[in-house]
Amino acid sequence: MNAPADPPISEAPILEARGLTRRFGGLVAVDDFSFAVREGTIHGLIGPNGAGKTTTFNVISGFYAPTAGQVLYRGRDISGRKTSALAAMGLVRTFQGSTLFQEFSVLDNARVGRHLGARSGFLSRLLGTDRASEADADARARQSLAFFGLEDLADEPVSNLPHGHQRMLGMAVALAAEPKVLLLDEPFTGMNPEETRRMMDLVRRIRDDGVTVMLVEHDMQAVMNLCDIITVMNFGALLVEGAPDEVRNDPAVIEAYLGSATGNGAGHAA
Amino acid sequence: MPEPADAASAGSPARRAAPRIVGQVAGRLRFVALFAVLAVLPYLLSYSQQEIAVLLVINVLLVSSYRLLTLTGEWSLGHVVIMGVGAYASALLAKRLGVPVPLSMLIGACMAAGTAAILSFPLFRMKGFYFLIGSFAAGEIIRLIWKRFTDPFGGPKGLKRIDAVPDIETGFLSIDFYEPVNYYFLALAVVSVSLFVLYRIERSRIGLTFHAIHWQDRLAESVGVDTFRYRTLAFVIASFFAGIAGGLYAHYVGAVNPTRFGVDQMVYVLVWAIVGGTATFHGPILGVVVLTVINEIVLRGLGLDTARPLIYGAILILSVLYLPDGLESLGPRLRAWLRRRRREPAAAAGGEGGEAA
Repeated sequence: MNAPADPPISEAPILEARGLTRRFGGLVAVDDFSFAVREGTIHGLIGPNGAGKTTTFNVISGFYAPTAGQVLYRGRDISGRKTSALAAMGLVRTFQGSTLFQEFSVLDNARVGRHLGARSGFLSRLLGTDRASEADADARARQSLAFFGLEDLADEPVSNLPHGHQRMLGMAVALAAEPKVLLLDEPFTGMNPEETRRMMDLVRRIRDDGVTVMLVEHDMQAVMNLCDIITVMNFGALLVEGAPDEVRNDPAVIEAYLGSATGNGAGHAA
Repeated sequence: MPEPADAASAGSPARRAAPRIVGQVAGRLRFVALFAVLAVLPYLLSYSQQEIAVLLVINVLLVSSYRLLTLTGEWSLGHVVIMGVGAYASALLAKRLGVPVPLSMLIGACMAAGTAAILSFPLFRMKGFYFLIGSFAAGEIIRLIWKRFTDPFGGPKGLKRIDAVPDIETGFLSIDFYEPVNYYFLALAVVSVSLFVLYRIERSRIGLTFHAIHWQDRLAESVGVDTFRYRTLAFVIASFFAGIAGGLYAHYVGAVNPTRFGVDQMVYVLVWAIVGGTATFHGPILGVVVLTVINEIVLRGLGLDTARPLIYGAILILSVLYLPDGLESLGPRLRAWLRRRRREPAAAAGGEGGEAA
């Protein structure tokens, strides 16, 4: 009579790469790289400069098609699908730096983030009968801004915002799209320690709300404190995967970051 | 104590709403005044000026539809050819198949939109400069088809004796659309409705999405905007209204030919849009109206008609140098200048009220 017991959620990979390869001409940026992101975790992807992190991110998020291999989302092959189609499935990415609609107000940025949620037909938009769905989209966009403490700046033009706020807004736009998996591309870059600490809290809260987070980041301190699992890449391939403590002390990781001559910790290799 | 609280909550939004209502009424009044001027205008013009006014109204729709396409950041060189598709289609439907004229315009516009939908597959693989050149090439191909196939399209000479809009004869009401005045009002009505639709699209979420694609297409993609679909949508809507403009043109002038929709005509559309400015809805309209008035009154009056391209070129260069945001930026600039002038004497007077202004 009992319903079959669900497998523990945290064991099922929500996002997976199998033998992922991406070549640019003769250059192999990602080389037979595999990893699995479990649902409900914060998963870090790190590696020395040029290791292929950003390329991996761009392949997962649909900007590049993989040359070989697969990306699986909830067990379905999604390799080569358009970014917008992936967003509709719940896979939403952010960008490095302040990639925003600079000419828009803060609220309008978040409103664009509500693109998928604001379901309304062409005709109802034309006739103005989309008011209810637009009011709902506005309310949710404001919620997303409030989550990042930007609600008072809703009517400001983005170009007036300091850098840290712009990074927050980038996250707010992505969160407005109600992702299942959030891909963060260097979320802490250019933030001061206070902002980084706040952002880390927010990322944890996003995870606790049931969103799986995968991030590429250079700030080693932040990665080690924040992530549940860390995948280390080197030369386009998997080097090590494990909990922060295992990764921190792994000789292969230390060597990849600092060269073989030194025995120093990877913690300084930001 | 529910009553005072109630009154307070009812009172404050009403007070806040008051300036908004005043603003709305002022906006409505401005529209009423505009339409009043447009209604009286043809009676102040000579016959040939009335004919020009008809073409001006059609060109307003052409350049406004072009602006919708530019919202996504793509500038096409094929827009006038798309207008031609509407013109040829409507003319042929009326001539060959006997489709009644207003209906043929609508079908012609749909065919212009359909042409854009098909062209979007090759064209929106490109962006920016490449799209510009691609759209030019696509337009030239369509124009070559018109020139090459004499059978339906009439070859280089084009189509002549295109059916006019039928007269309205219902008892006391009798409107002959051969009269420029009457056609002016017909075109004005069609163009007003079209502009209203274009304006609604721009102010809706669809317009927001177009702008978003223009400024950051990758970010828009990442939150689920299918940029190809929306670029196509903008192209199709713009082409539909260009097709309407084409239909209005064909059944007014009575003749179309491939040269009429050539790239030199497209350059005029670009000049209108750039000189007027494309940041606001009214910018390109301002551009086409001012340049047409300059062209028809000043140039024709001075007998400098043949120097039109030269003078248009000079105006374009001067406006890019000294008015890069277009004629549309003149209003706000003027207002800022007036405000400064008003403040300066106040500051000079040195009164304590000077700051408050």
